[in-house]
This record gives sequence, structure tokens and C-alpha cells, in this order.
Amino acid sequence: MIREGTSIVVVGASWGGLAALNCLIGGLPPDFGAPITIVQHRSRHADNLLASLLQDVTPLTVVEIEDKEPLLPGSVYIAPANYHVLFEDRHLSLTTDPLVRFSRPSIDVTFISAADTYLSSAIGVVLTGANDDGARGLRHIVDRGGRAVVQDPATAESPVMPYAAQRAVPEADVVPLEKLADHLVRIIGRKGVRPMRAAL
Amino acid sequence: MAVQVDDRLPAAIGAPAQYDPDLEQLEVGLLLEGIFKQYGFDFRSYAYASIRRRLWKRIEAEGLTTISGLQERVLHDPAMMERLLLDLSINVTAMFRDPGFYRVFREQVVPTLRTYPFIRLWHAGCATGEEVYSMAVLLEEEGLYERSRIYATDINEVVLQKAKAGIFPIERMQEYTENYIAAGGKRAFSDYYIAKYGGALFSPSLTRNVVFSQHNLVTDSSFSEFNVILCRNVLIYFDKSLQARVHELFYNSLAMFGVLALGSRESLRFSPYEDSYEQINGPEKIYRKVR
Repeated sequence: MIREGTSIVVVGASWGGLAALNCLIGGLPPDFGAPITIVQHRSRHADNLLASLLQDVTPLTVVEIEDKEPLLPGSVYIAPANYHVLFEDRHLSLTTDPLVRFSRPSIDVTFISAADTYLSSAIGVVLTGANDDGARGLRHIVDRGGRAVVQDPATAESPVMPYAAQRAVPEADVVPLEKLADHLVRIIGRKGVRPMRAAL
Repeated sequence: MAVQVDDRLPAAIGAPAQYDPDLEQLEVGLLLEGIFKQYGFDFRSYAYASIRRRLWKRIEAEGLTTISGLQERVLHDPAMMERLLLDLSINVTAMFRDPGFYRVFREQVVPTLRTYPFIRLWHAGCATGEEVYSMAVLLEEEGLYERSRIYATDINEVVLQKAKAGIFPIERMQEYTENYIAAGGKRAFSDYYIAKYGGALFSPSLTRNVVFSQHNLVTDSSFSEFNVILCRNVLIYFDKSLQARVHELFYNSLAMFGVLALGSRESLRFSPYEDSYEQINGPEKIYRKVR
């Protein structure tokens, strides 16, 4: 089901997420080696403004997910308002299943799906937020052999979500916001280039 | 900072510790094959990730631990099958979900519909009916309802009965009222319902031109020719091959220049029928059959 060496990055953000995502996505090189899926909490009526704002800061292709969207390395996929996002074999599916702990999209739902689909090739990143969504999903990623990264709460506009993630996953890498992009490049590598051994 | 994290972590969410996704896929395939052979419900071409998620919710609710364990129970206990059928076949929706859709429908589709002497709409996969009532309200306000007939179908008889009853949770009326206003509603939303039977009972006159009927998109064929087919956030639960088959069914069931309305994050991009339709201006996924 999973192709050897195919990694996925899943990012969860809530309160204060736009500025953090600008910094993280804006810092990635054009040849970043894996697809990135972002779950940012927002109003159920939100339009695709988030995708266009992020597109302004990166040469990577930013798309708001449509059902059965193929996953390509070096593309950034934004969870649409009012849908959960799940991973299939090399593409994404959407569902309108009930809210999970008051959220749709739910970070946990997408993280758990990434973990169960990509196993040790899933990398979860929890950013700023004022709730604890993402903590259980990040735990699940690590339990499946994947890797956890948490924004250093001291650099988060709202530290609640990073703290919750850290508590659930004490072994997570805790990284200041301005170093998150470089950290992901060290883990994932660039297209056609193997990641640095030391990072793994 | 003290943060309360619920410690019932993935044991409650996921699968056994020794997790083998290929084995799990085999188990899911066997279960769905068994359900089809024993009960005739065909979920074999449903989107894997979402059906898997729904199966695990049922497994946890029943205190089971594996997909194979669920298979044993389902095959020997029809009551378990009934519970699972509800899990697998109910799609969650809301009245005037995606208000922008209804606004664009009013502005760009209704003018064409006015030129027809009679309007046939098919609401495929109507679930508990929230969007059927929404469309009936819209057509009523546009003065088109008298000459419209809405065929509202779903695979699941239980949800059709709920749709027919027209009683929706009263606590959601505030959300629905906001949606209605954003959708371009022309009256007070509360004109359409009264508080009764512990819920909001919608005016039976809204369904005077609605035919509720059981229809299975996976196995049943076309039953008429329509001017409008609404199928929003239903195909997301199907895999790509089944989506293509259902698009063939829709194409063959639409009159020329008929309208196909999909959910706001669904599209014809990945479908073999992409070239048979033109998208109506704007962000909504409303398509007109042009060839």
C-alpha cells in the first residue's frame, strides 16, 4: 500500500496559525521532498483565502483540497472548511462525518489517518493553538513509528496546543518557529536528495 | 501551564499494537465481501480510508478488537448488521449547508429553470433530508415549487423515514437560520417550522411535491430524465472507480443543459465526464451538461 521512501508531513494549527504557517511554509525550499497537508481550524464558511495567502509566500504549489486530490511531493494541501481529510493510497479523501471534539476539520482525524497509512514515514507537526487538538493524533503517529515535531510553546501565539502535544508526546522534537522549516528539510530532504543521516 | 489532555490515547482510536495495514486491508475486503454476499449491501467500492474509520468506530462501540471480530458478529447477527448499516450509510449534513451554493443556485440556475414548464429534480443520497427541505424552501421562494417535483432518494430506509417526518433538532435552528440568511433566504426562517415533538417540525407543505424513495447509487439504474441532479458530499464516500460509474449514471439521467450540483470540494476534475459539462461561473461546483 505504501511505497518505500514516500514520506508525508501533516501540520496542525489553530489560534494564531496563519502567522506560524507563513513562517513555516515560507521557509521551505522549492524542491522540498514530500507533500505537506495542513489542517488549520477555521469557520465552517471560510473560503480558500488561506491557500492564496500561503501561495504568496512560497514557490511550492498550494491547493485547497478537493476530494480524491492526488498527493505530489513539494505541494501543500490545505484542509477545506467543514470537511475532515483522510489519506488514501497516494491521494486524499474528504468526509463530512461528525465534528470530532468540536472540530471539522479535526487535526487528530488527519494525523491518525496519516499514521495508519504512512506508518514510520509520517511526520506530524503541531503549531500554535488554544485547544488540545492534535495531541492524540501526534501520539498515534509516534506509536506507528513516525516522527513528532512541536512548535516551541515559547514561540507560539497560543501555547496551549503545543503544550498539550508535548505532554502527550514527550519524545517530540521541540523547535522554535523560525527553525521549523529547516528542521523539516533535515528530516525529509529535498527532491532526489536523501535526507541527512544525522537527522534520522 | 497546566493543560488537560485526555489520556485515553490511540488504544481507543486505532488498531492493535502490532499494526499491519496490508492485513487490515485484507480483513476489510473480506468483511465487505461477506456483507455483500450475506445481506446484499455493496460497500466494496467505498473510499477505503473513510469506511475503515467508520468500521473502527463500530468495533469500539461493540467492545471488539479486530475487523475479523466484527465480521464474525455481522455475519451471525442481523441486528449488528443493522447498526453497522447506519454507521456506513448515513451522511451528515445540515440545512443550507454551504450557503454560497444556494445563493449561486438562485442567481444562476433559477433563471433557466423559470423557462421550463415543469422541473424535475433528483436529490441523490438525500440522507435525513435537510438539503431537500432547503431546496424546497428555495423553489417556493422563487415561485417555482408548484411546477417542480423533487425525487429524493437514499440507500437507507431508516433515514428516508426521518426525512419524510421532517422533524429536525431544535438546537440546530440557530445555525440553520444563519445559513438560510447567508443563502439569500427571503423570509423569516422560523416561518417554515414549529416547535413540536421535541424538535422543529417543518411545514408538510414543503414536501407536497417531494417523492421520497429508496435508490441505491451503486446497484440501481437511472429511473427518469432530470433537469437538476443534486448529489452533494455523497460521492466523497466512494472510491474513484465507483465515482466514475455514478457519474455515468448521472450523465445518462440528465436532460441536455441539465444541471449537476456537487459538494463544494468535489469536482469533475478526476472524472471521465469532465468534458461533457461546463462549470457555472463562480466557486461552486455546479455544472451544466453541454454534450
